Amino acid sequence: MDVSQYLEIFIEETKEHLQSLNEHILILEKEPENDATINEIFRAAHSLKGMAGTMGYKKMQELTHDMENVFSEIRNGKMKAFSELVDVVFKGLDALEAYLVNIQTDGTEGDQDSSDIIDSLNNILNAGLGIANTTNKDKEVESLAGDIKTSAPDVDSKYKFRFLKIDEHEKKAIAKAYSINLNVVGLTVYIHEYCVLKGARAFMINRTLEEHGEIIKLDPSAQDLEDEKYDYDYSAFVITKDSPEKIIDAVLAVSEVKEVVADYIQLNEMELNTYLAAIKQDEIPTSTYKVPKEPGSLKAGAKVPSKQHTKPVANRSVRVDIEKLDVLMNLVSELIIAKNSLVSSSSTLHNELEISFFDQIEYLERVTTNLHESVMKVRMVPIESVVNRFPRMIRDLSKSLNKQMELYMTGEETELDRTVIDEIGDPLMHLLRNAADHGLESTEDRVKLGKDPVGAIYLDAYQDGNNVVIEVRDDGSGINVDKIRAKAIDRGTITEEQASRMSDKDIIDILFMPSFSTSDSVTDVSGRGVGLDVVKTKIEALGGEIEAKTVLGKGSNFIIRLPLTLAIIQSLMVTISDEKYALPLGNIQTVENIDSSSIKKVNGKEVLNLRGDVIPIIRLGELLDCPKGEEVDQLLVVVVKKGEKYAGLVVNELLGQQEIVIKSIGKYIKYHKTISGATILGNGEVALILDVNTLV
Amino acid sequence: MAETNSKQYIDIRLGEDLYGIEIKYIDSIIVMQNITRVPKAQSFFLGVINLRGEVIPVMNLRTKLGLEEEEFTSTTRIMIVKPEPLASPVGLIVDEVNEVITLNDDDVNIMNYDENDSKAAYSAGIGKLGDNLVNILNIPELIGKED
Repeated sequence: MDVSQYLEIFIEETKEHLQSLNEHILILEKEPENDATINEIFRAAHSLKGMAGTMGYKKMQELTHDMENVFSEIRNGKMKAFSELVDVVFKGLDALEAYLVNIQTDGTEGDQDSSDIIDSLNNILNAGLGIANTTNKDKEVESLAGDIKTSAPDVDSKYKFRFLKIDEHEKKAIAKAYSINLNVVGLTVYIHEYCVLKGARAFMINRTLEEHGEIIKLDPSAQDLEDEKYDYDYSAFVITKDSPEKIIDAVLAVSEVKEVVADYIQLNEMELNTYLAAIKQDEIPTSTYKVPKEPGSLKAGAKVPSKQHTKPVANRSVRVDIEKLDVLMNLVSELIIAKNSLVSSSSTLHNELEISFFDQIEYLERVTTNLHESVMKVRMVPIESVVNRFPRMIRDLSKSLNKQMELYMTGEETELDRTVIDEIGDPLMHLLRNAADHGLESTEDRVKLGKDPVGAIYLDAYQDGNNVVIEVRDDGSGINVDKIRAKAIDRGTITEEQASRMSDKDIIDILFMPSFSTSDSVTDVSGRGVGLDVVKTKIEALGGEIEAKTVLGKGSNFIIRLPLTLAIIQSLMVTISDEKYALPLGNIQTVENIDSSSIKKVNGKEVLNLRGDVIPIIRLGELLDCPKGEEVDQLLVVVVKKGEKYAGLVVNELLGQQEIVIKSIGKYIKYHKTISGATILGNGEVALILDVNTLV
Repeated sequence: MAETNSKQYIDIRLGEDLYGIEIKYIDSIIVMQNITRVPKAQSFFLGVINLRGEVIPVMNLRTKLGLEEEEFTSTTRIMIVKPEPLASPVGLIVDEVNEVITLNDDDVNIMNYDENDSKAAYSAGIGKLGDNLVNILNIPELIGKED
């Protein structure tokens, strides 16, 4: 079978499964009893194995097979996800990822050997099963010591319902049932693996059960069952007057049911009495009519989950080539331009046209605006796709640096333009590594300082107006400003005199300077600036900015601001001797109206003393070879800022703020380095966009 | 079987001279528009225009071919051409667009051009159209590569 056509899908899906495995194994390590997670892991590993097998990638298949064996034992409760096991599994995932990279480049798995991983997996499996017996016994003891007492203590693991936790109100219901001589039957239903509509099947089984009594508990919940969020078995408690055998027969009558196990559920003596007493007390004041009401409230209790219509919709998405979106985007832009010219031409024909015509024009305007927004939204991707690999990275760092640390993330759902998402991963990774390596103190030091031995790193993302803000924080030692100041003077980055005038913030900003990044490590602040200039450059290339805040001894905070999208920016439209240009609004500080006489020359360069700051003046007209206009007394200066540096740009006229769509100028034509692109104005004309960063 | 070895050209005029552009290169022909000057562009590029939502460069064919510049008139047109089917388009400003002509390959003479004359490389041959001669333009050579 020729499978090459599926290669792309295989690669995409394998990536997704690997990511999902990474995430869930991390959760499992923290919550070893989380059944949903184990099931998710098992499912992902299973599909991975199947896919690799279909595509003929033997090594991937073997490795996943052995990993799946381990997961399967964990799922059956025979093993626990202890740290060593997780380490090996992660190694396995890394190996799988390496295979995938190889497949991506040349279509083969490569000759990397992973037999050592397979061996250690098997060792764990064998050793683990030895331990497993004891863990299993522990579990048994626990469940016996717990509040469920099954009438026939059978240790068959099929009787899953026996391990369910019974809530307070459910216990009450059970007690109540016994008080009126009804049975409470617990059961676990196994559905055939080939069953296609598991949700519908569960629904039918539940209806059958309801014919025999009242369902008071379902695990997973009714909603999850309907959404097919269960493996092939689920458990239920039913209040009935029938025996477990009768219930089993009834459920087996439903087709595609493989097996049913059921038994009486009983509370232990003491609890039974307490609840019975409670029920009696309830009954006394309200006497008769509350009794028939009780089953009703039970019913309500059981149905609660299905009332919450927070059904998390299963991934309803389509993969679309980004180029197709670009085409769509272009068409929408064209439509908007056509609409704009229609609007402007209709305004000149005011009297001759009917009112209804203007209504329609307005309607068209609304539709195109919405259309534009929708298309823009399609390009937005949740930041989750970038940050979801970080918990794993921090775990690895924690091991390799031998420091205890924990990563807390919020706002993973914050959306950014696709192009930004693709680029932001590396800078964030860098900042997190910095925080883990240099920001957090060693565990011993933290204990000495009276801090929580586990260091905390926070990654918060949120939207703020037209920006998305991402903060990387740690509760470590913070940045020692005085040390940087001394180091900067030492290295000749700044003079002593400059240093005395610089605020702490200015000093911290030195960290982002390229000269400060490379070279011999700075002792106590050990390489705190390594690569930060790269981070800064990358973020600025994305049209964003970064700043650092720190409190000595409390931690540091790196704040990244990114534009929501790169395709559309807010700009100030200006004219430079009759030619229209767009200046990105993000860089603009103020606009000043100054006397041409206030411009002075220093070393042959024009500067302006603006409220105590001396800033260089750039005459854009001359820079861009615009036709010379007349000399004027009053100059309009747009003050722009890049990092800590300012510059004044002389323009002729301000046209106002406008949202512009960035277009490429193409590759045939050469252009001035300050021009970063072009945009199409409402009247169909093209205006060029100036990149302020190259000017300052 | 002369018919099968013929190609269609658009016949354009620059001053008194006729030029031909093979029809497969032509995307569309539009009327003159406002051109936005691009600072530091090559001298033969007048700037950029908006073509159905895309920004494309516009070349003055007269300047490119070393002819004298003329005022634009009501017959001036911008020919949108693509040197390759998948390449981005470029606009060429011509004085006038005449008609679509069909030339037999036998009627197109490949010129032996002077190696030192860079402009000569822009010609793909001379076609005979009645009494007139049509200079067939070598579009890929004229536009150059995207880089």
